[in-house]
Amino acid sequence: MALDQSFVGRTYPPTAPYEVGREKIREFAEAVGDANPAYTDTEAAKALGHPDVIAPPTFVFAITFKAAGQVVQDPQLGLDYSRVVHGDQKFAYRRPVRAGDRLTVTSTIEAVKSLAGNDIVDIRGEVHDEAGEHVVTAWTKLVARAAEEA
Amino acid sequence: MTAKISYSDVEVGTELPAQTFPVTRATLVRYAGASGDFNPIHWNEKFAKEVGLPDVIAHGMFTMAEAIRVVTDWTGDPGAVVEYGVRFTKPVVVPNDDQGAVIEVAGKVAAKLDDNTVRVDLTATSAGQKVLGMSRAVVRLA
Repeated sequence: MALDQSFVGRTYPPTAPYEVGREKIREFAEAVGDANPAYTDTEAAKALGHPDVIAPPTFVFAITFKAAGQVVQDPQLGLDYSRVVHGDQKFAYRRPVRAGDRLTVTSTIEAVKSLAGNDIVDIRGEVHDEAGEHVVTAWTKLVARAAEEA
Repeated sequence: MTAKISYSDVEVGTELPAQTFPVTRATLVRYAGASGDFNPIHWNEKFAKEVGLPDVIAHGMFTMAEAIRVVTDWTGDPGAVVEYGVRFTKPVVVPNDDQGAVIEVAGKVAAKLDDNTVRVDLTATSAGQKVLGMSRAVVRLA
């Protein structure tokens, strides 16, 4: 069944703040095998002009995707999450995420489409810090694949 | 933010050093823990096959994280990345053996933009298949 177009433009309440920990950044950098010292060494990060260690560019997805769960699991929208795959992902950074940030995410449904039986939802997540400054915007395209023909 | 590469030193067509990134089942378990994405298609072969996949596949976000390293290793400062987007075209299939899979990433400067930024177009392949499409980063150079 095609998704309800009236969801386009719907914005969900901001998430509770997520505090970015330096050990979580280290764990993530190690998990992707990235030894850049800007992620683990405060002095190296400062030498690049950052106030503290920064997170790898894709780190923030863990926070925005959790926030997108509000949309994905909205029973009124009716997306079949068991068939959802990640279609596209894009980030636009005002500044890098860094240790000590307390980040909130505000998710908005930008588009809802049905193509060849697939339901496609575009979600924009605006990430702000504790001071209310914009840090990064994440665009996530989720595709609920059509059920196979019997 | 201090990139090591100068805007004036690059031209459209400048190639970034290509890299290869190995992925094993252990890599995926570690990434699942670090990212909080515990979808069983990334670690449970039985589950992956039941939902129609050939085998366990890497997290798309893991592949995205590796691909941008061609850019961040080049610039030195990961904070120089202004924009980054990809399309997930094919999964990276990770067999349960000693080798796992390999993601090969190349990049080149596709456009010189305003404010000392350049657009880098990335290509990522695994087992001869293109695994990312429209993979583009905008990065601010010195």
